[in-house]
Amino acid sequence: MAAIEISSVSKSYTGDALAVDNVDIEIEDGEFIVLVGPSGCGKSTLLRMVAGLETITEGEVKIGGKVVNKKDPAERDIAMVFQNYALYPHMTVYNNLAYGLKNRGTPKAEIAARVNEAARMLELEPYLERKPRALSGGQRQRVAMGRAIVRKPAAFLFDEPLSNLDAKLRVSMRGEIKHLQKRLGTTSIYVTHDQLEAMTLADRLVVLNGGKIEQIGTPLDVYHKPASTFVANFIGSPAMNLVEGKLTGGQLMIGDNSMQFSSAPPADGPVTVGIRPEDLQPTTGTGIKARLDYVEELGATRLAHCMTDGERLTAALSPEIPLADELTFAVLPEKVHFYDHATGKRLSNA
Amino acid sequence: MHKTTFSDHLILLFGVFIMVGPIFVAFMTSTHDAIDVHMKGLQVAWGDDFVDTYKEVLTKKGGFTGDVTGARMVMNSFILGIGFAVGKIVLSMLAAYGLVYFRSRFSTLFFWMIFTTLLLPLEVRILPSYDVMTKLGLVNTYTGLIVPLLASATGTFFFRQFFKSVPDELLEAARIDGAGPFKFFIDILVPLSKTMIAAIFIIMFVYGWNQYLWPMIMTNEESFYTLVRGIKQILLVWVGSQIPEYNQAFALAVLAMLPPVLIVVIFQSWFIKGLTESDK
Ligand SMILES: Nc1ncnc2c1ncn2[C@@H]1O[C@H](COP(=O)(O)OP(=O)(O)OP(=O)(O)O)[C@@H](O)[C@H]1O
Ligand SMILES: [Mg+2]
Repeated sequence: MAAIEISSVSKSYTGDALAVDNVDIEIEDGEFIVLVGPSGCGKSTLLRMVAGLETITEGEVKIGGKVVNKKDPAERDIAMVFQNYALYPHMTVYNNLAYGLKNRGTPKAEIAARVNEAARMLELEPYLERKPRALSGGQRQRVAMGRAIVRKPAAFLFDEPLSNLDAKLRVSMRGEIKHLQKRLGTTSIYVTHDQLEAMTLADRLVVLNGGKIEQIGTPLDVYHKPASTFVANFIGSPAMNLVEGKLTGGQLMIGDNSMQFSSAPPADGPVTVGIRPEDLQPTTGTGIKARLDYVEELGATRLAHCMTDGERLTAALSPEIPLADELTFAVLPEKVHFYDHATGKRLSNA
Repeated sequence: MHKTTFSDHLILLFGVFIMVGPIFVAFMTSTHDAIDVHMKGLQVAWGDDFVDTYKEVLTKKGGFTGDVTGARMVMNSFILGIGFAVGKIVLSMLAAYGLVYFRSRFSTLFFWMIFTTLLLPLEVRILPSYDVMTKLGLVNTYTGLIVPLLASATGTFFFRQFFKSVPDELLEAARIDGAGPFKFFIDILVPLSKTMIAAIFIIMFVYGWNQYLWPMIMTNEESFYTLVRGIKQILLVWVGSQIPEYNQAFALAVLAMLPPVLIVVIFQSWFIKGLTESDK
């Protein structure tokens, strides 16, 4: 177990664009960090630099206080779980788990003890003598986890370990991973492009975009105070509504609708306004007027897709609320997010 | 699906007859004695000289110097076939390993250089190869017989394609598990290549077993004779009014055919097993 420090780390593959651009993350001992972002944003690259599978172009990675830039993956005391599991196909489950320990010269008796302990923890005991091809996807996933656990490494690195599983299994494995990590207390870095997985697993989230960090924070922080329109759009499903608005001294205009703020950000002129779908509630009083376009039923909630002055607004409503062609939505002032029109950065409305 | 009819079987049986017929005749002829064969020609019935002929072929000292027996020739053929196949597999696996996993800037260039040696089979370079072997004093040695034939562009090519299809994550997982280049090769790649190795072993063993030109040039001591060469030798030694030992020649031919057939039959079951339960 160890803290991991990533300081000013950059990566360029061919000398042109940066796949990872000047990233700083400090990970505490025992913390579960999730790297999340769209495809190609550099999550895997960053993780692989920590693992030692990719050279670090610039910056420093420290594991347990020691710079590991020049160290081999095997010397970094980390374990990695791959998306396609990367189990050794010709070895039994037992040997898959034991291989890393054998290579480190661990005594036979201890290998057996550790493998059996991991197998018990992951309910793999009946399968120890099987080859990976005779296992289901979920069981293979567990073997991959087991291979990481037996080594008792300083850190676990996960690269989209659940994306080859079906939706239901993914949810249950997600729970198991979280549970296991809490129980073992091993520092973990987990890569995913699934924002829901990121929210549910993370102690802290790192949202990446184009190789740069957009925001680091706890899931609730990131959800309630997205640092940029990118994060606002990426985290949360259905995505946050982002519409054009105009601020003039505490008064916000969205099309013809006007709202008064006592503590609006000190900016005048065009802004991007963010409102979460669940923060839009129908009212009989004044508010944002919208015309209902179409409805999606999700069971517990219902998504009402509306138009207001050429802007799209989605509201998550309780199914009990009767719908009409014309709706008026009220929003609490503290639930309105303001973003700089040009840079997309959050404007504080503290 | 097409339903097999009687005429389908007829066609297949005819094919079997065409292919197996000559071998059957050769075997049957080898069970008669030389005089019989000389007078009555090829035989299709069982004679009563089976034991005598084969015993004589395997144990009789033959040739001019009289220091080579059939058994010795069988052994030489095995040394050539196995040495050839194993050497080719080891060399081409190592070459492919280097080409695929130690990506140097020139690895593509090297690969194509190796590949162009396909255009230079033994027959083309036989004089320089012989010259080198003479200067190294390797004429009439197993080393001289085997080593110059070991470089294999085909083997390298097959193993290269196979290694390329092994997922990168396997290498990465092994690296994290503390396996260096040597361990990765022995513990992961070689076991994964089992079926590939079996396939190439079959091809190369048969190829080595059937070598004729190179052994003829490299060895002139009769104790190095292989079966394939020995057959001709038997027909050459008849002198004067002596009746050629056709039965023995046929017996040698049957013996020469047997090991490659057995190798194919034995390895084929592995081969099919490997193909049906994909290991990757
Ligand atoms: N070996 C490589 N050589 C050159 N460019 C690469 C290489 N690997 C990745 N890249 C580039 O680096 C960028 C980041 O890739 P990376 O694999 O880290 O993305 P990712 O966030 O993991 O995406 P995904 O969610 O699709 O896995 C991409 O633009 C990709 O094209
Ligand atoms: Mg990735």
